[in-house]
Amino acid sequence: MTHDPHDHDHEGHDHDHEHAHGHDPHGPIQAKEPQGYYPMLADAVRELLIEKGFFTADQHRAFIEKIDARGPALGAGVVARAWTDEKFKQRLLDDGKKACAEIGIDVVVANLVVVENTPAIHNVIVCTLCSCYPVFVLGRPPDWYKSAAYRARVVRDPRAVLEEFGTEIAPRREVRVHDSTADMRYLVLPMRPPGTEGWSAEQLAKIVTRDTMVGVAECRVAQ
Amino acid sequence: MSWGAGTASRFKPGDKVHVAARFPEKGHIRTPFYIRGKTGIVERICGQYRNPEELAFGQYGGAAKVLYRVRFDQQHVWPDYRGNPGDTVEIEIFEHWLEPAK
Repeated sequence: MTHDPHDHDHEGHDHDHEHAHGHDPHGPIQAKEPQGYYPMLADAVRELLIEKGFFTADQHRAFIEKIDARGPALGAGVVARAWTDEKFKQRLLDDGKKACAEIGIDVVVANLVVVENTPAIHNVIVCTLCSCYPVFVLGRPPDWYKSAAYRARVVRDPRAVLEEFGTEIAPRREVRVHDSTADMRYLVLPMRPPGTEGWSAEQLAKIVTRDTMVGVAECRVAQ
Repeated sequence: MSWGAGTASRFKPGDKVHVAARFPEKGHIRTPFYIRGKTGIVERICGQYRNPEELAFGQYGGAAKVLYRVRFDQQHVWPDYRGNPGDTVEIEIFEHWLEPAK
């Protein structure tokens, strides 16, 4: 009887990379752990929607690809433009989605509300109900943004949470929390730090990080 | 601010509003528990959107509802608030959850 490597049962084997004792590198891939309930539910719903013709597998793939192509660099470009072009900044604060479209960024869903940090106000974003996030200008949210701890705590004790991120807001400044509960998405326009006078938009964009646009950090010039 | 221009709304920016203290046992409600029964000031009209309380149950024919951003004082929302008296929280709330406040 010939040994069929593709019928090889890996269970109980040591999955090291020693191939000397007949371990076939082309053997079937087996998941070590069962898939969790929610990933399984998401897969099932996606398959049903495709089966029922709401969208095709290719459309779904293309949408995921579109999301994955987005990242904080887009938001940083928006902020740097606002710092260097006062009229653009006004349009951005007036209608974030429209202003982003001007520079080629399609916000896709919902609307974008841009909130400006000033010497009097520091803004921070949260979604207490789920994890709404401006994905199309910042990419996918970090895990902490989706955690129950951040969502529950930043709304009722924002200054303590900001301090844990290393961000101390002066007592004279108002801390304004934005709870993203329905159809708006939020982006913080951080304050341009001192020491950046005369910088180009490209140079400025480099100091605008994801966290500064969520409002858990402030922009700094590297020492 | 051009937001919500032309929207026929019950409230306007600056109005003092009270969030209904309703606690239905079921439903997909976007008014967080912590803000029900609290009083704030309308910051802006966000426009009109379909009601998530209906959409979540497959009812797509309902009328769009006016959505507001309402600003609240943190010390009013959380009696044990540890921050500064001037700190605020802003939340999107649909019109049918708001009542005029005295």
